[in-house]
Amino acid sequence: MMFLTAIIQITGPAQAVEPDEILSDSVLEARARELSRQLRCVVCQSQNIDDSNAPLAKDLRLLVRERLVAGDSDDQVISYLVERYGDYVLLKPPVQRNTLFLWAAPIFAVGAAGAVAAFYFRRTAKATAQTALSDDEKSRIDKMLG
Amino acid sequence: MARLFYLLPLSLFLLLGIYFAAGLTRDPSLIPSVLLNKPAPSFDLLPIEGYEDGFSSQDLSDEVTLVNIFASWCISCQIEHPMLMELAAQGDIPVMGINWKDKPGDGSAWLKRHGDPYTLIGDDANGRTAIDFGVTGAPETFVIDKNGRIRYKQVGPITPQIWRDILKPMVEDLRDADVENFSGSDDVLDGNHTDNGPGTSS
Repeated sequence: MMFLTAIIQITGPAQAVEPDEILSDSVLEARARELSRQLRCVVCQSQNIDDSNAPLAKDLRLLVRERLVAGDSDDQVISYLVERYGDYVLLKPPVQRNTLFLWAAPIFAVGAAGAVAAFYFRRTAKATAQTALSDDEKSRIDKMLG
Repeated sequence: MARLFYLLPLSLFLLLGIYFAAGLTRDPSLIPSVLLNKPAPSFDLLPIEGYEDGFSSQDLSDEVTLVNIFASWCISCQIEHPMLMELAAQGDIPVMGINWKDKPGDGSAWLKRHGDPYTLIGDDANGRTAIDFGVTGAPETFVIDKNGRIRYKQVGPITPQIWRDILKPMVEDLRDADVENFSGSDDVLDGNHTDNGPGTSS
């Protein structure tokens, strides 16, 4: 069991946060980590800044911590970065006018699939109803089964 | 009619295919700048080693200027450099430099070796001013209008072609234009911007 835990710890996601960045206040540090995971590294675009080793990601991690120490709320830190890098810096796009389609698309897709399924099943139900055995066919089957 | 209905998944698939194929032709490193048509961030940078003057946002009024983010460690900056030297030689437009995340002395040594095209240079050793500009890499160049507003962001080296086809005409427009009436691409930035957080005043 301990072996397993060790393996999980070794093979867990790589951490880019360096010891000198970590805040002494563990509550603030936890908030910084949480925020960092939501922020995109603008250089290596599919990573968050918490995971990224890019120098700019490090600068942004330091900036996030600095803002938190200065007393910013989580939302204030996020909007500070959005003002500079745009919504692009957020890994999870906010729900707003220009992302409405993005957020509505899954609901729309499920709805469309449901409609197609309903249409299909209704049609097959109708088709089977029409092809019920005629009296002639029944008597032939009866004859075969003896 | 029912037959056509069976073609629906295929046509939807093709539509999506075209949409994604078009998406693949776009350069993912071109992140639209939210700072377009907004005032340049305020900053006050110290001079780099061996220079007397620094560079501050105060220096960005009255005239159309280029603000260029460069660093001695940046290979593309070296590729861009002859173009900037040529602009400086022509004296066409002031080119300001922000020396981004360089070790003390590295920036000035680099300029000594390759020539110095900059009217003013500021030392952004901790990269904070670059972050305020929304910089993602070097080189990046901003076109600043007479009112100190950001009008364009060039990501990557300014090639002679980019200068001729995009930047030069824009600079000339901005010079001639009554700045108030200049129709920037406001619609691009519309709607997806949160208003000033408390951070901006720091």
